[in-house]
Amino acid sequence: MHDLKPLTPLGSTTAQIDRFAGLTISECPDWALASLAARRGREQDTATAAQNLLGASLPDVAASATSGDFTAFWTGPQQWMIEAPHDSHEELAAEVKSAVGDAASVTEQTDGWCRFDLEGTRCHDVLERLCNADTRAMIQGQVTRTRLEHLGCFLICRTKDAHFSVIGPRSSAGSIHHALTVAAASAI
Amino acid sequence: MIINHPLLGPRDAQEFTFLGDASLIDRPDWEAENAAEQFYEYAYLRDNPAGLHRELWFHETGDRSWLVVTRNTLTHEITDVEMASDVARSKGRSK
Repeated sequence: MHDLKPLTPLGSTTAQIDRFAGLTISECPDWALASLAARRGREQDTATAAQNLLGASLPDVAASATSGDFTAFWTGPQQWMIEAPHDSHEELAAEVKSAVGDAASVTEQTDGWCRFDLEGTRCHDVLERLCNADTRAMIQGQVTRTRLEHLGCFLICRTKDAHFSVIGPRSSAGSIHHALTVAAASAI
Repeated sequence: MIINHPLLGPRDAQEFTFLGDASLIDRPDWEAENAAEQFYEYAYLRDNPAGLHRELWFHETGDRSWLVVTRNTLTHEITDVEMASDVARSKGRSK
């Protein structure tokens, strides 16, 4: 019997948390992700099936929608990412696929990405040094994809001016963490 | 340079990568009688206008959609931006 220990994207058994005055940067490994792409001509079927599963409509361009355990955020035309707690939705992709059937394509994404949450009033000071996104103008639920430390990352505004998530490629988690903490140490 | 993305609004050109002439959308029919001639032209022959040029750009660090950007090669002024999928479908393409 294997005795495997899950590691966080930064390679530890516990999530990394870095605290600065007015800002906390935390590694968030406890989220499952699955991508959802409507098949051509089946956009309405996808929207209906997803609404039944999620309890909310699939969000429009650059937006996200949260209902219960699920958050869906827009990633491209007729494409979304679904996010849910890993403990209760470890098989999220299978769950979404069984809901949408052949109306949409679903891909497991959980271990392809790492998530860092920036919480606190100084979050803008870090993000404006690292990416193009106008975070001060972002409202709650707004999502954008942007380049951060040369990496394409999703940036989600969870609470205006106070809480942002950076979701980037897991294999570059160390680089993203480095960029965030260096920028925070420099700005704060 | 700023590209006014049809869905996302104005975005910095550094988020995009450039492919080339938008005529690349018009891939010839490989079953045509003169397919070799058509593919020769498709692959190698380009206009090089001093003025308006329709070209393909990819929003690499954004929503990863392909765009047809109409850019003035003399001034870099961008006069029109369309989704490449809309352009292709308007020409009867299925994808």
